[in-house]
Formats: sequence, structure tokens, C-alpha cells
Amino acid sequence: MDGIHDLGGKQGHGKVDKGQPSARNFAERWQAAVFTMSNVGPKCGAWTNTDTFRHGVERISPTAYLTHGYYGRWLGGIETLLVEAGVVTQKEITTRALAIGAKENDLIAAQPNKQVATPIKQPAAQGAQRSLNHAPKFDIHTQIRTTNQSVPGHTRLPAYARGKTGTVIKHHGVWVFPDSNAHGEGEQPQHLYTIAFRATDLWDDGEHGVQVSLDLFESYLHAGDYSNDIYQQ
Amino acid sequence: MTDKTDGTGDSHHGHAHHHESSPQAIRAEALESLLIERGLLKASDVDHVIVQYEERVGPMNGAKVVARAWKDPAFKTRLLNDGTKAIQDFKFEGGQTEKLVVVANESNIHNVVVCTLCSCYPWAVLGLPPKWYKDPAYRSRIVREPRKVLAEMGLALPSDTEIKVWDSSAEVRYMVLPEQPAGTENMTESELANRVSRDAMIGVAHA
Repeated sequence: MDGIHDLGGKQGHGKVDKGQPSARNFAERWQAAVFTMSNVGPKCGAWTNTDTFRHGVERISPTAYLTHGYYGRWLGGIETLLVEAGVVTQKEITTRALAIGAKENDLIAAQPNKQVATPIKQPAAQGAQRSLNHAPKFDIHTQIRTTNQSVPGHTRLPAYARGKTGTVIKHHGVWVFPDSNAHGEGEQPQHLYTIAFRATDLWDDGEHGVQVSLDLFESYLHAGDYSNDIYQQ
Repeated sequence: MTDKTDGTGDSHHGHAHHHESSPQAIRAEALESLLIERGLLKASDVDHVIVQYEERVGPMNGAKVVARAWKDPAFKTRLLNDGTKAIQDFKFEGGQTEKLVVVANESNIHNVVVCTLCSCYPWAVLGLPPKWYKDPAYRSRIVREPRKVLAEMGLALPSDTEIKVWDSSAEVRYMVLPEQPAGTENMTESELANRVSRDAMIGVAHA
């Protein structure tokens, strides 16, 4: 999904504000409450894995994504998923919020889909590492090119690294595929690799002497003989 | 914020708000109360999380790992070969380290960690990420102009230092092993651990 969350390489977000070095984990209690709410999904079936949860956050209002802060984003994702699963209604939340000081025109981060949602599947095992019988397709030091295709849902291939040439520097075994798992389409485990890119291969104005690495799933990657590639320079 | 009343009355559920409560704070409280009524959450769960991440899960854990790697070359080798297994010795809690990769700075190589798509971070060794790590400015820029961003954050690197940016896009989590500062060779492991900063283990500062 080419969403607001896919921030890598975007321009115009200003300088990094480091704030107070002693700032606490949770500046306000509600932030800890939201952090704790991220555990209710499995109890009520609204989400059972990180991938669904993350995609819930990615689907919130883009304006809220940039202005509500990290725990505000999580709140939007949690509300989205709880409403889609029928655990609560937005009307209930809004009524309760208005009663304790919310304003009618407050921006609400959650954007739940009207049609509910994917059937929830329980994880096949703890964590996200799995096993597979077939060998990894790419060896270390192999050159690859990433797919240039955007996908409508959740993915772990950022837009800035689509259609780019890189090198396999590590194989991490087999992991649940977030792109399917986020949508209730099963774990479909795949080999996972660390791919290193030269910054100058990612951006025309990339800094020299910079390498950017991403952990990418096998189906994002194409084998890399690019002698006839139109992109070859 | 949630336990105070401002004296202006009309509080439902025992709560009334100061004017400065953000809309998201109020909405979070509304949702929290609904989840409590449905038996999906207890207020005490929140208190436990606060204590856990204030007292037990934080960068003091990663600092112990770094200090041991500086004192014990065999541990350093194990840590760089398989970070997940090496930190099992410490029995940390806190999650987000199903797979931990530790990357070592060298005299001419500097590592820095980000998650551009989300805000992934190795909670078990570093605790919860600082606000700036989750903000759009850091997430958007550190992959594209790291030398400039690091300089702005107070870490000016020589122009011939190679920078490796680790954008945590799957479930692998990264931590930087900074170089041991000169003149600290005689310190004990716990003295060293006390001087390793969170920012050095993310890669936006020297140790």
C-alpha cells in the first residue's frame, strides 16, 4: 500500500527533534493504555498477529498519521481493527469521548472498512520463524533486483527500494510472509534475506559511501543477470 | 491526567479533563473504559506495563551487552555471529527480539538503525524507542541523507567513513555495537555499562 506510513526518502519533514534526553517512555498515561491495548486483539479475535495490527495502523487517516504521534497512530489502528471485528462501534467510542471532553470536530484517526474483515486465523506457531523444505533461491553475494510492483495491502518492501539493484548479504531462514498474513490469507512462509543497496543506486542524489540494507522476502526479488536490462548503466 | 478533575464539573465515569488533553488522549480513555467494561483490559494491566518499561526493560540492558562485548572478545564474536543466542545469557524480557542482529562500528565504518515503514526497535535490549526515532523526520531522512542527519544530531563523521543504514523491514531487529572509547580499558564491565548511551546503540552518537 502506497500509504503515508511509507516514509523512507520522503522530503519536507524537517529536522530531527531530539527533545529532552530524559523524556519518559510514556509522557502521559493514555499512551501506556494504548500500548497495553495492543494486546487485546488475540483475546477478542480482532487481530492475532503483528502484520494485521501493523496494517491497521497503516490504514488510519494520513493526517492523523502525521499529527497524532506514535501512540495516537496505534490508537487509530486498534480502533480500526476493533470496529471491523465488531468488538465496539465507533458511535460508542465517540459518545463516550464526547462525554469526557472530546469536541465534535476532533479528527478521528481510525478509518474502519464497512465490510468486515478477513476471517481470523490463529498463528501456526509462536513467533514468526518457520521452516520450509526447499532451499533458498539466492546465495550470499548474489546480485538481485527488487520487484517494481506496488501491492494494495501490507508489504515490507518500501517504495524507495522498488525496482532497485542490490546484493544479498545474509540469509535469515524462513519467516511468515506479512503480505499474506496481514490479510488473513495464511502465513505462506518464505526465505528472508538482508539486501544491501548503494545509496547512489537508490537515489540520484544518494550520498557516496552509504549503504542501506533491508530485510526482504524472496518473492520481492528477481535474479540478477542484468546484461540486457534497460536499467543497466 | 486521567485521575484529575479540573473542578468544572459534569464528569462521567469519574473523569473530567483539563483543556489541554489532546483529542487522542480523550479518545484513548474512552476506548480503554469500553474495553474494561467488556473484560478485555484491566486498568492494572496498564500500571504493570508502565512499571515494566520504566524499571526493567530499557537501554540499560543493551548497555550490559555492549560492555560485555568490550571486555570479552569471545563474547563479542558470539554476539556478532548470532545476537539472538548471545543475549540469552542475560534473560531479558520485553519482546521484539525474535531475531537480533548486532552490527559493530569500526574505525572507518559507522552503523545506524531505523524502521522507515513502522518504528521497529529491539525492545528487549533498548526498551521503547525515543520519540524522535518514531517521528517522520528521522524515518524519512536517515536512509536518504544519513551523513547530513547524523551531523545535525551532533555526530559529524569523517567524509571517508562508510555509513551502513539498517532499515528494519521484517522481524529482524538491529542494535549497534559502538567502538569502545579510548581510555576506558581499565574500567570494569559495570562501569562501562553505565556510560553506554541509548543513542550510541541506535547509531546516532558515539559511545
